[in-house]
Amino acid sequence: MQFRVYRYDPDKDDKPYMKDYEVELEPTDQMLLDALVRIKEQDDSLSLRRSCREGVCGSDAMNINGKNGLACTTKLSELKQPVELKPLPGLPVIRDLIVDMTQFFKQYHSIKPYLVNNDPPPEKERLQSPEDREELNGLYECILCACCSTSCPSFWWNPDKFVGPAGLLHAYRFLADTRDQAAAERLDNLEDPYRLFRCHSIMNCVDVCPKGLNPTEAIGKIKTMMVKRAV
Amino acid sequence: MANVGRNTPVRKFDAVVVGAGGAGLRAALQLSEAGLKCAVLSKVFPTRSHTVAAQGGVGASLGNMGEDNWNWHMYDTVKGSDWLGDQDAIEFMVRTAPEVVIELEHFGMPFDRNEDGTIYQRPFGGHSMNFGEKPVQRSCCAADRTGHAMLHALYQRNVRANTQFFVEWMALDLIRDPSGQVLGVTALEMETGEVMVFHARATLFATGGAGRIYTSTTNAFINTGDGLGMAARAGIPLEDMEFWQFHPTGVAGAGVLITEGVRGEGGYLLNKNGERFMERYAPNLKDLASRDVVSRAMATEIKEGRGAGKEGDCVLLKLDHLGAEVIDKRLPGIREIAKKFANVDPVKDPIPVVPTVHYQMGGIPTNYHGEVVVPKNGNANSVVPGFYAAGECGCASVHGANRLGTNSLTDLLVFGKASGDSIIRFLKENPGLKDLPKDAGDRSLSRLARLESQTNGESYAEVAKDMRRTMQMHCGVFRFPDTLAEGVKKIREISDRVTRTEIKDKSKVFNTARIEALELDNLIEVARATMVSADARTESRGAHDRSDHHERDDVNWLKHTLWYKEGDRLDYKPVNLKPLTAESIEPKVRTY
Ligand SMILES: Cc1cc2nc3c(=O)[nH]c(=O)nc-3n(C[C@H](O)[C@H](O)[C@H](O)COP(=O)(O)OP(=O)(O)OC[C@H]3O[C@@H](n4cnc5c(N)ncnc54)[C@H](O)[C@@H]3O)c2cc1C
Ligand code: SF4
Ligand code: SF4
Ligand code: FES
Repeated sequence: MQFRVYRYDPDKDDKPYMKDYEVELEPTDQMLLDALVRIKEQDDSLSLRRSCREGVCGSDAMNINGKNGLACTTKLSELKQPVELKPLPGLPVIRDLIVDMTQFFKQYHSIKPYLVNNDPPPEKERLQSPEDREELNGLYECILCACCSTSCPSFWWNPDKFVGPAGLLHAYRFLADTRDQAAAERLDNLEDPYRLFRCHSIMNCVDVCPKGLNPTEAIGKIKTMMVKRAV
Repeated sequence: MANVGRNTPVRKFDAVVVGAGGAGLRAALQLSEAGLKCAVLSKVFPTRSHTVAAQGGVGASLGNMGEDNWNWHMYDTVKGSDWLGDQDAIEFMVRTAPEVVIELEHFGMPFDRNEDGTIYQRPFGGHSMNFGEKPVQRSCCAADRTGHAMLHALYQRNVRANTQFFVEWMALDLIRDPSGQVLGVTALEMETGEVMVFHARATLFATGGAGRIYTSTTNAFINTGDGLGMAARAGIPLEDMEFWQFHPTGVAGAGVLITEGVRGEGGYLLNKNGERFMERYAPNLKDLASRDVVSRAMATEIKEGRGAGKEGDCVLLKLDHLGAEVIDKRLPGIREIAKKFANVDPVKDPIPVVPTVHYQMGGIPTNYHGEVVVPKNGNANSVVPGFYAAGECGCASVHGANRLGTNSLTDLLVFGKASGDSIIRFLKENPGLKDLPKDAGDRSLSRLARLESQTNGESYAEVAKDMRRTMQMHCGVFRFPDTLAEGVKKIREISDRVTRTEIKDKSKVFNTARIEALELDNLIEVARATMVSADARTESRGAHDRSDHHERDDVNWLKHTLWYKEGDRLDYKPVNLKPLTAESIEPKVRTY
C-alpha cells in the first residue's frame, strides 16, 4: 500500500517535505496505525504519538487524506491511495506528525475544567437522577484529541482568543452538570467577543470528531444560556 | 545529543511522582493539596495514560443495589487471588474502597445513576454475596468508560489543585545513594532530548503495567514496565512476576478489550456448537467466575476442537439478547469497538473473542502504605527509605495470583491516596534533602551514550518482536515444563541482544526510536523476571497453570516470588495471611 507522509525534523531539515512509502501489509493490519507501525519498522525516524490503539487516549490525531481523524480507528480499506498524512493543521509542528498542543490545552484549561461545588461534601455520593446524568452524555466522552479544534477556521485564526470546540464542549459539560455551582462564573468567563462568539456554526468540528460528539450543539446551548440570563 | 556530559541540570522537589495514570494522579492530588512541591512526570499527556481504557468499573461495597459489605469483598478478593494475596493489604483496600469512590464522585466523576440518585453498580466476575453464594452488584461504573471518566475527573481535580506536570518526560533511572535511600530519578524530555535530574526527598512510581512484553495484549503501546525496569536496575527485586492475567474477552486478532461488564450485564460465552460451556466449568457463577478460570475454560474448548470461527481459534460472546436499548445505555463503547475491530454489530451478532494478556499481578514489592519493601538483615519487608510504588506497577499484594475485575481501579485510588499520605508523613519526619551521589546520572547517561554510538547493532524493533513472540509461545495460559525451560534460555539470549540494539535516527527532537529502544531495556527485565519466576514455580495457582503440577501446593508454594536482576536470582517471602482486624481466611479448594 502507498503512503505520502509529511516529514520535518528541525534538527536537520530546512523545510518540510513529503516522503513516499510503500508497505507490505499483513492480513492483521486493519487500521492506519498498523500501517504506520510497519513504516516505522522500515524507517525508524518517522515520529508520531500513539498509545491505546483503540480510540480512547486521543494521541494519534492527524490529517488523513485531507481530513482530521485518529490513525488507530481509521480503516485502511476505506482510504484512497497514496494515503496522504499530515500533522493536525493550525498548530506548530514539533516534528513529522507531532504538533505542539500547548495552545489547545491552554484553552481547555481556561474554561476551568473541574467540578465546582462549595458545599461541604456529604458522607455519601451527591445524588443525581438518571435523567440529569444523561445530560452529560455526548460531553464527558471527549478524548481531547484536537481533531475538532484544528479543523475549525475560527480556531486557526484566533487560537489564543477563541476557546475552540473542544474547550467549549467541556465548558458545557460542567454547565450541564447538576452538581456544579459555578454556572454564572462559567458564563461570565465566556462573555467575550472571541472566547465563545467566534463560533459561526460551520460544523467542521462535528464532521471530524472521532467520538461522534457534537461541539456545535454544545456551543449552541451555551449561547442559549447566555441569552436566557440576559433577559 | 546534548548533555551526555557531566553538566546534567538538576531540579529539586519535595516529591517526584513518575506516572500520571489513575494511581499517579490520585497520589499527586494528595501531595498538591498538602501544599508540597511535587513534580509529576508522564510519557504522555495525563489523560492519555492507559487508565483511560478501563471499561467495566471500580469495585466498592457501597451496597447501592442490595446488601453488600467489605467482608464479602474481602473474601472474594482473597479467593480470587488463590490465597497469594496479603490479607492485611486486602482488608485495607476493601475497607477504604467505598470512601475513595465517594470522594471520586465528589471530584465530579460522572457515574451512572440509579432511580434514587445513587451510583449504579453492576455485577462482575468473582464478586459475590455471602462468601460465594451468588453474584453481587459491586462494580461502580460510568457506562463502559469508567477508566476514561475516572482519569479525566482526577486530572481535572489536579488542574484545580495546581499540580505541576512534566508532560512527555520519560523517567530513565532511579537514583539511590550508597545507603540505598532513593533520591529521585533521571529523566529525558522527549521534545528536546535533554536529560535532567529530578532530585527529590520522596519518589513514587506509578508507571502502570508491562503488557507489551506479549504479542497479543489489551495494553497500550506505552505499557512497557518502565518502573519495573528502573527498579530492577537499581537492585530492587520484582515480586510475583509469573502471574499475568489473561482476560477472557479480547477481540480475536486485534486484542482490544471487551469488558467483563458485558457478562455482568447478562452476556455469555458460546463454543462452536452454540453451547454455553461455562456451565460445565463453573456451575455456580458460570460466565462470572474468576478470569483465570474462564480463560482456561475457553482455551480448553479451543484446544479440544470446540472453538468457533474459520480456524476454530476463538469463542463467541453473545449479547444481542440484551437488546439495543441496554447495549446503547450500558455498553455503548463496546458496540463501537466491536463494529470497528471485530466487524460485527453486537446488537445482532456475537463477538469473536480469545483470552488476551491484560494485567500484571506482580510488581515492585510494597506494604499497604505504598512503601517499597525488600528483604534486608533478616526482615523480609524492610522499607526502602524515600521509595514508593502504587497502581499496576506495585505489588501490595492485593491481587495475588489472579486479580478480580474492578479491583485494579480500586487499587489505584486506595494505594494512590495511601502512598501520597505516606509520603507526606515521611517528609514531615525527615526534613532536609540528602546530597545526590556523584554517579547519580551515570547509568542513564551511559545507556544513552551506548545507543548513540552503537553501530552494526540489530534493529530494536526486531529484538522487541522476538521478545514478544517468545513470551507468547513460552509463557501463555497453559504452561509446560519444557517450553518454560526453553523460554528461559531464549529470553536470556534476547536479553543479551538488547544490549546491542541500534537506532538509525539520532535526532534530538522527539526521537521516538530512541524512546522505544529505552523502553525495550525495561520490557526485557520484566520478560526475564516473568519467565524465570514461572519456570521455578512448580505448582498451579491462579493465573499460573503448569501441565506438570496441576494442583495448588500450599505446603511448598504459599509464598511470594522475588526476582533480582543481578544474577537472575530468585528469593521468596511468606504470604501474610493475617488481616488487620478481620479473621484470617484460610486456604481452601477454589471452585466457582
Ligand atoms: C483495556 C483495559 C480495561 C481495563 N478495565 C478495567 C476495569 O474496568 N476495572 C479495573 O479495575 N481495572 C481495569 N483495567 C486495569 C486498569 O485499568 C489498570 O491496571 C490501571 O488503569 C493502571 O493504572 P496505573 O495508574 O497503575 O497506570 P497507567 O494508567 O497505565 O499509567 C501509567 C503512567 O505512567 C507513565 N509512565 C510510564 N513509564 C514512564 C516513564 N518512564 N516516565 C514517565 N512516565 C511514565 C505513563 O505516561 C502513564 O501516565 C483495565 C485495563 C485495560 C488494559
Ligand atoms: S461550529 Fe464553531 S467550533 Fe465548530 S468548526 Fe465551526 S466555528 Fe469551529
Ligand atoms: S470533541 Fe471530539 S474531536 Fe474534539 S477533542 Fe473531543 S473527542 Fe476530539
Ligand atoms: S492511539 Fe489512542 S486514540 Fe489512537
